Amino acid sequence: MSTASMALTNVPIARSPQETAKIYLKEAKYEFLKNLRLRMYTASVLSFPIMFYVLFGLVLNAKEAIGGTRVPTYLIATYGTFGVMGASLFGTAAGLASDRGLGWLQVKRASPMPPFAYFAAKVITSMIFSTIIVLALFLLGFAAGGVRMPLSGFAGLLGTLVVGSLPFSAMGLALGYFTGPNSAPATINLIYLPMSFCSGLWVPFMFLPKVVKQIALVLPPYHLSQLALGIVGAASHGAASTHWEVLLAFTMICLGVARIGFQRDQEKMYG
Amino acid sequence: MAQTLEHSTALQRKQSQGTVASLAAVNKSYGEVQALRGVNFQVRAGEVVALLGPNGAGKTTAGKTTAVKLLLGLLQPNGGKVRVFGGDPVNPENRMRTGAMLQVGRVPETLRVREHIDLFSSYYVNPMRREAVLAVAGVEKLCDRKFGELSGGQKQRVLFALAICGNPDLLFLDEPTVGLDVEARRMLWDEIRQLVQRGKTVLLTTHYLQEADALADRVAVINKGEIVIEGTPAEIKAQTAGKKIRCITSLSFDVLRRIPGVMEVKHDREAVELHTAQAELTVRELLSRDGQLSGLEVSSAGLEEAFLALTQDGSRGGNESNGTKERQ
Repeated sequence: MSTASMALTNVPIARSPQETAKIYLKEAKYEFLKNLRLRMYTASVLSFPIMFYVLFGLVLNAKEAIGGTRVPTYLIATYGTFGVMGASLFGTAAGLASDRGLGWLQVKRASPMPPFAYFAAKVITSMIFSTIIVLALFLLGFAAGGVRMPLSGFAGLLGTLVVGSLPFSAMGLALGYFTGPNSAPATINLIYLPMSFCSGLWVPFMFLPKVVKQIALVLPPYHLSQLALGIVGAASHGAASTHWEVLLAFTMICLGVARIGFQRDQEKMYG
Repeated sequence: MAQTLEHSTALQRKQSQGTVASLAAVNKSYGEVQALRGVNFQVRAGEVVALLGPNGAGKTTAGKTTAVKLLLGLLQPNGGKVRVFGGDPVNPENRMRTGAMLQVGRVPETLRVREHIDLFSSYYVNPMRREAVLAVAGVEKLCDRKFGELSGGQKQRVLFALAICGNPDLLFLDEPTVGLDVEARRMLWDEIRQLVQRGKTVLLTTHYLQEADALADRVAVINKGEIVIEGTPAEIKAQTAGKKIRCITSLSFDVLRRIPGVMEVKHDREAVELHTAQAELTVRELLSRDGQLSGLEVSSAGLEEAFLALTQDGSRGGNESNGTKERQ
């Protein structure tokens, strides 16, 4: 029988759908608690976007505007993108690489855990952290930066960023399968930080050098940030549908790569 | 020792209940390294079997660890058949009935012991009560501690708790006491014995001869991918302790068997081969009873050296080939 098909179609034997749902919930709950208590995770994932936002959006440039949009509003979109990307990449890749490389995933695989619950927990946890980051940025902007937007606008922004974190969770899964437990965090940073810069998350896109602007077109954070900027009413580039299409395609590619890694692990031993 | 023997005879009755896990002509290699070669091995219901092999020091290519991972469906064999409860080990029904304690480099450290147990219990349809799990594994007092705060021995006990929390029929323990001090090891042995009394079947791997002796009804020694000897701890000890005497004699088998110290008598081409626990005494008797005796050779049974080689680094394997393998 194909182990891959077995692992991907979660077969709940002698388990009611409610019990299976309960496992998914518990798995997600403990994954969330695990990361929440992991200082390395919360420090880098939560505090960096918030610190940057406070510094560049509230302390330094609060009175300025970028292309007609006030800086505190503009930066919620870009640092929001930066934040959800970090939460998702670290939330999936670092944990997966460590669990794979140091044997914990084998213990889980040997148990009757529905295999998909493990991945779902990581993705759900990343989405929760993404939500927290966007909410924190908005509340700070609202309280200290005079950011105002209609509830529908805020809901749209939050929804876009949280859904838009999924491509990065997919990318994290792919990275987690092809990096080791020790090299994963460094590898993530090596991709995360330059990608953020080139996508205009730190320096607004319009001020980027021409070459970098060209590169940005193939980077998923650029597309997500343009979607978010469009929602807050800032001047954005490109059509929303194109941005979504690029993100979707990128997600599919990453999931394909992750699947190759998954199957490779099923067939041979862990490192 | 006497206790162990009593214990094993009590379980002998259960052994007829049938095979719950088996390897049949199984080969498994990792690139160049052949971890298992044509291994045949069975675990029967209600027994405790030990796979005794050299200290793998966490090496994933160790034969005994490989055997466990094959039976857990974590690895696929290159050849042969792996069966658990008569089916493929990856069947979710099988996983529901098995528990596993593996060698792990890192367990999520920020979760509390009770949280780990809560999560693993939820995977099973009929888990043990939490209090029972805590009591059997001896981790009641650690319940609220984070995993990362525990000592090595405490960590092993929590991993043991995770293996048993689903109330499985079949338990795989891969080097359960590696790295533990004597006291912690004995505690874990007691916990394993408690489970056996509840009728669980246990397959454990170890590189401690003493551990296999203390716990197992049956021991299979695995070296260089092959099972070199299999039997009860008493049988294995008898074979490892004694000496081998080879000679050409006119004495009959009946007479030879009655010579003090002799445990076993065999034909070996024109000569006989005796297995004895007291070589000097046996030789003296042999010479006094048979003046024509010739070609006398006394050698170590081979297994003792093999064991030493096994439990040290497993690389010095020259000895076992002259005695052990041929005898199989």
